[in-house]
Amino acid sequence: MSFSLERTDDVLIVTVDGQLVVTNRQEFKQAILDAVEDGVRVVVADFSTSGYIDSSGLGALVSLSRRLRETGGDLRLVGLNDDLRSLFELTRLDALFPLYATRADALGAR
Amino acid sequence: MATRTRLRVPSVKSTSHSWALASDTRLITPVVEHIVGMCHAAGFSPRHCGLNVPVAVTEALANAMQQGNGGDMTRQVTVSVQVSPERLVVEVTDEGAGFELAECERTPDHSDWLEREDGRGIFLMRQLMDRVENCCFDAGHLLRLILHRV
Repeated sequence: MSFSLERTDDVLIVTVDGQLVVTNRQEFKQAILDAVEDGVRVVVADFSTSGYIDSSGLGALVSLSRRLRETGGDLRLVGLNDDLRSLFELTRLDALFPLYATRADALGAR
Repeated sequence: MATRTRLRVPSVKSTSHSWALASDTRLITPVVEHIVGMCHAAGFSPRHCGLNVPVAVTEALANAMQQGNGGDMTRQVTVSVQVSPERLVVEVTDEGAGFELAECERTPDHSDWLEREDGRGIFLMRQLMDRVENCCFDAGHLLRLILHRV
């Protein structure tokens, strides 16, 4: 998995390419935490080109969501395919994260 | 006289594979991808190949390496997989003391479910597989995942 970061003011768009799992969740989490410490308040995580997510990846997203809410911010998820959407529904984490079809939808929700 | 042409359906045989791994989580993904490929060849559904199998097997291996073997890279995890047109069976063993599967009942109904970073692995395996079994033996712990193709 690799990911890229695009920052505009206090908004960070994270594009996740490949799976978010136990082997890379710490690197992913730390990169976003660093951005939050540097003033980012809204993170849009784009999973359009992502594979599967395991419980470690879900845990990283839960932890990041909590940190962002503490700062008055928000973690928004974009581009979940049917499998990933099922995963969030199965774990009921769809109640925690705002899910959007596109980046424009997520950014427009500000 | 009409002749009937018989469609030839390629037969799918049972396949098996095994690995002996150090407790290094970087070794998980190649094994998972190999198992997904076996399931794909056996006719498992896109949902099984895209979600159920990779997530559940990743959970089982990560649990064995991190919890069972405590992240000690000198301790081994073995993976044995059998795939047939009927079902997938994955057995993962570690060198740890094991755990009582019946006591791992954490579910989304727990009050801290939406706040905790960990504690969803067993739940996911149970939800994504038809059966999850485990047993302890002298040298360690075995976890077995079973998923029927249909």
